[in-house]
Amino acid sequence: MSEESTRAAVTSDASQTRRRRLAIVASKGTLDMAYPPLILGSTAAAMGWEAGIFFTFYGLDIINKRKWHRLKVAPLANPAMPSPINAVPISVPNIVGVLPGMTEVATAMMKNWMERAQMPSVQELVQMCLDMGVKLYACTTTMGVMGVSEADLVEGVSCLGAAGFLDFAAEADVNLFI
Amino acid sequence: MTETITANKVLDCSGLLCPMPIIRTSQAIKELEPGQILKIIATDAGFHPDIEAWSRQTGHVLLATAQEDGKYIAYVRKSG
Repeated sequence: MSEESTRAAVTSDASQTRRRRLAIVASKGTLDMAYPPLILGSTAAAMGWEAGIFFTFYGLDIINKRKWHRLKVAPLANPAMPSPINAVPISVPNIVGVLPGMTEVATAMMKNWMERAQMPSVQELVQMCLDMGVKLYACTTTMGVMGVSEADLVEGVSCLGAAGFLDFAAEADVNLFI
Repeated sequence: MTETITANKVLDCSGLLCPMPIIRTSQAIKELEPGQILKIIATDAGFHPDIEAWSRQTGHVLLATAQEDGKYIAYVRKSG
């Protein structure tokens, strides 16, 4: 298929009545893993798609008001960790990650990178998603297991079970597990 | 080609990374009337393929792209 006809085929989708849909499961509660679902969800909304993110297990921390401002980066078992000192181009040996305070160091580093790159914080991105109409679902099983109440959740988040999410995901054009 | 296009609004996303240029674009286009043209300036290396995809998905028309002084420029006409 030529590029012209591909474009014509895709463009006609925009005029169809059913909007494209993105469904994401966000299962991780570290600072680095909070970004991908929020970035993809807000981008989908910016493209006119319907988007929903299901926050489950540690992923629930991303929309938990008691936790979302202090998500952390795990330095242990993370071979991608760069050196905390730019002048010393040696990656942090994995075992150093167990030392007290290393989680805070790794977290501060990432927050510093994000700030330098003018990236919004996790809280700002969650709010941006809500403002753009992205549906944020809290997994009710996780809430029960981890003792999270509805009052702990960011305003605008709705509670949903597995069946409810699968029903939403069954009609999605893109399904992602993060 | 781009010299002949007159934009009704200019959005400068220099220094911003994905997803911000696309999100700002989707907000800025709402302030225009159908047929009006938005010029977007960005420095994110993925901006040109992103704005092409965004235009395809939203139905707004990507008129032209250009690269000037390390910046990625795009002209989008709002559809009606």
